[in-house]
Amino acid sequence: MAVRPLVADIYDVIVVGAGVVGCAVARKLTLEGARVIILEKGLDILDGASKANSALLHTGFDAPPGSIEQRCIADGYHEFLKIRQQLNLPLIDCGALVIAWNEDEHDKLESIIDKSHANGVTNTRIVSAREVSQMEPDICTGAIAAVQVPGESIIDPWNTPFAYLLQALSNGARAERNCEVTGGEFDGIHWVIDSSCGRVTGKCVINCAGLFGDELNNRLIDEPLFNIRPRKGQFVVYDKSAAKLIRSILLPVPGERTKGVVVCRTIFGNLLVGPTAEEQQSRVDVSVDKSILNQLTKRGEQIVPALSGHSVTATYAGIRPATDSKDYHINSKTDLHYISVGGIRSTGLSAALGIANLVFDHYSKLGEPLDPLDPPDRINWPQINSISEYDKRDWQCDDNGGIVCHCELVTQREIAAAMTGPLAVRSLDGLKRRTRVTMGRCQGFYCTARLCELTAGQFDRPLCVSSDT
Amino acid sequence: MIRPLNHIPDSCAVAIVGAGPSGLSAAIELKRLGVNDVHVIERESAAGGIPRHCGHPPFGMREFNRIYKGPTYAKKLVAQALANNVALHLDTTVVSLGRNGLLHLSSPHGSAELLAERVILCTGVRETPRSARLVSGQRPLGIVTTGALQSMVYLYDKRPFRMPVIVGSELVSFSALLTCRHAGIKPVSMIEANDRPTAWNLSRLLPLASGTQLRLNSSIQRILGRVRVEGVEVIDRNGTVSTESCDGIIFSGRFVPESTLARLSHLDVDPDSQGPVIDNFGRCSDPAYLAAGNLLRAVETAGWCWQEGRRVASTVHRSLEGQLPDSGEYIRVIANHPIIKYVLPQRLSINEGSMHSDTHPVQHHQLQLRVSSTAKGVLSIVSGERTILMKRINTLPERRILVNLPSSTRDMVDDTIRIDFNPS
Ligand SMILES: Cc1cc2nc3c(=O)[nH]c(=O)nc-3n(C[C@H](O)[C@H](O)[C@H](O)COP(=O)(O)OP(=O)(O)OC[C@H]3O[C@@H](n4cnc5c(N)ncnc54)[C@H](O)[C@@H]3O)c2cc1C
Ligand SMILES: Cc1cc2nc3c(=O)[nH]c(=O)nc-3n(C[C@H](O)[C@H](O)[C@H](O)COP(=O)(O)OP(=O)(O)OC[C@H]3O[C@@H](n4cnc5c(N)ncnc54)[C@H](O)[C@@H]3O)c2cc1C
Repeated sequence: MAVRPLVADIYDVIVVGAGVVGCAVARKLTLEGARVIILEKGLDILDGASKANSALLHTGFDAPPGSIEQRCIADGYHEFLKIRQQLNLPLIDCGALVIAWNEDEHDKLESIIDKSHANGVTNTRIVSAREVSQMEPDICTGAIAAVQVPGESIIDPWNTPFAYLLQALSNGARAERNCEVTGGEFDGIHWVIDSSCGRVTGKCVINCAGLFGDELNNRLIDEPLFNIRPRKGQFVVYDKSAAKLIRSILLPVPGERTKGVVVCRTIFGNLLVGPTAEEQQSRVDVSVDKSILNQLTKRGEQIVPALSGHSVTATYAGIRPATDSKDYHINSKTDLHYISVGGIRSTGLSAALGIANLVFDHYSKLGEPLDPLDPPDRINWPQINSISEYDKRDWQCDDNGGIVCHCELVTQREIAAAMTGPLAVRSLDGLKRRTRVTMGRCQGFYCTARLCELTAGQFDRPLCVSSDT
Repeated sequence: MIRPLNHIPDSCAVAIVGAGPSGLSAAIELKRLGVNDVHVIERESAAGGIPRHCGHPPFGMREFNRIYKGPTYAKKLVAQALANNVALHLDTTVVSLGRNGLLHLSSPHGSAELLAERVILCTGVRETPRSARLVSGQRPLGIVTTGALQSMVYLYDKRPFRMPVIVGSELVSFSALLTCRHAGIKPVSMIEANDRPTAWNLSRLLPLASGTQLRLNSSIQRILGRVRVEGVEVIDRNGTVSTESCDGIIFSGRFVPESTLARLSHLDVDPDSQGPVIDNFGRCSDPAYLAAGNLLRAVETAGWCWQEGRRVASTVHRSLEGQLPDSGEYIRVIANHPIIKYVLPQRLSINEGSMHSDTHPVQHHQLQLRVSSTAKGVLSIVSGERTILMKRINTLPERRILVNLPSSTRDMVDDTIRIDFNPS
């Protein structure tokens, strides 16, 4: 097969994978002055692990002290708070309650406090059952006590990484989607990467391939470095009418293996119950399972009894790129100008900016000096359109083109915006992540037909075709 | 900042939310009764509601003494509304409801507020989508509800698949079949959990002759396919699982009222009917609000909703004239047997006083209810220890049951009346 070069340029950095980690890494290196290209095999970005998570911005209060994960979460958390207004990223700083429902769990609360202090999260405290019920009058009465973690927050799981990548692009980076990296060679100076969209040359490769990180390592450096053990998490999303039932993020006391089922609001004004933790072989199968969903609704209704009067809006599942060991795998092969960022299993959304900083430290050791984008006023800060239920929305503004998706109040202007620009969406999934169309209670009953019309000719996989074809 | 929308005033006598059969008929009737300042707010770019995309008969018998297909029927209603000078505001969404009739609106021009003396909610029903049914599987393209399919086919001349399965066998499932036929789509089968189709009507079953298999005692166990639907796993009553190839799924029926506005507002919502709680005049828990049509419950025909719209218009008219009893005192109506799916209205206004005027004779209190499975036995309406009325029923699920109560609430000794059921 004839392979044509994608562009003649030689990039400083080739980032493989536009999950939240790749987006943050591309951003960081671009802002540090590197010429960056990011290659993503999906039709749209965030097509792997980052497509479905709980959307919590963790403080890292319960991460293993001394781990790379803890360091990246703490750093990522603070960095997020520092930059979020400049990018217009929404956040609900509602805090979390780690609730003990029995004596065993109660016994663990002190150690949770100790751990959080060791992790630098010093404003945690134990609250009594009475305080819990004052703070959360709609949760069931069985709580014995809880640890309050004021810093835990809720963010937008998709527009956050989108904003990272958009900022990279608006400062000179380039993104290619529908572009799978199939192999490559390092000749001592340059990497020549083969991809489904052509050949790309660069001085350094950063593997941010998430669920396929080990596979990509095999393809490029002939050793996996770690083994991905896909771990699925299913969720049930309740209607917006349920969001008023709770304020805080309700976390369980962690058991041996998992964080257990969380009940929290979403930035879009729904109420979320999940995730599960299920080992599976497939890295792509995000099936939900009726019996598990029923267990989740049952668990949700145990914690918040009034949930039984509210309807389920959506169900979904995500896959964590877990590995055999607990910590992240962030390694560089200095001689190969290669950095592998893998096993970012269940905290990557929170840690991404911290991971990016750490990756930059690794990069700095390669001895490829960069001209930073300096002074800072040379840096572009694109403001994204917040679709948080708690912010002003486009439907409240003039000339919005009218509401298309009635449940999520998505306007025609928002849809048009998502379908243009450097990261114009190419699939219904991409459009959903950017705008939330069809993700509300009717799941497309009212707007699918209109959406077919608005997206006609734009997607590789159309929602529908003309009746006469 | 809140700016006025095109032509929408800051305040009006009556605002109607939704221009389907119930909203339009309410508007037309209000005009006929001499109420002038009536504004209908509709979020779609065309009025007419669901019938706009039901490309089949029978619509219009009650309203026009003739049978039309849905789109023609919708056009007739809209024409009638316009002929009566009803103000129709299209592409305008009511986003939330405030106390005492304060509506928050959004249109292409931005947002606005409208304060109405009375608001009639007429937002209709929709179907239960795959997610709320908690069906297993991934989320491939090609999963729709009948309503979405009808809109694609009849409003945009598009189709999402060629050979889907239809889940359900309600009347609307047969509409799905007709819609498919119209678009050259060939459903492979119709999957029904019960041992008989919910809509038992032979003429409706005829389309099955065209090659669609009816699979009774079966339900969908899992959706197959990641990118597009590739098939479904069907499980029958004996637990046998088989795979059916298809490229799409139509989840039909299992209607739910589109009661979002009420749920997110201060209005009481009935967990049984899933619509707003109303009294016998159609008034919600805030009497500035009234409701009619399928928003009240799932699901009646367009003609029935049209009639409800008319009826609520006349009570709105009377309430504007101060002729309705206070809504604060009422008797609660509760279903006291699990087989009773819902009962309407949920409240009976205590009707002493100004209602007994000669011009507006007292209506009978009419209760509407449905049962969730086949029921044979006696319904009794009980107040305290007293049985007010007994009614023998022998009915299938999803059939309307009407019970006429005495017009006076004087016999109702308790602050609730219960609907009991004794099977026989
Ligand atoms: C159920 C669940 C709940 C979670 N909750 C939270 C939470 O509340 N808070 C939090 O911080 N984190 C949470 N997470 C974790 C977070 O979602 C992950 O840590 C994060 O998404 C990992 O991102 P990634 O970029 O490493 O991987 P991915 O998102 O998988 O990104 C890798 C990308 O690389 C692409 N790719 C792979 N191979 C190639 C190739 N050969 N060529 C080109 N492209 C390729 C993929 O298509 C993909 O887009 C949760 C995760 C799950 C599953
Ligand atoms: C898929 C489907 C098929 C059906 N087929 C038939 C059939 O064949 N025959 C039959 O008799 N009945 C059928 N029905 C029942 C149907 O509900 C009635 O025919 C009739 O449309 C009910 O009238 P309505 O006025 O209550 O509501 P609708 O006709 O649903 O009208 C409600 C209107 O309110 C508008 N609206 C909703 N929310 C807002 C808001 N927030 N702001 C502004 N506007 C809003 C909607 O856009 C809509 O136009 C079907 C229903 C469905 C869902």
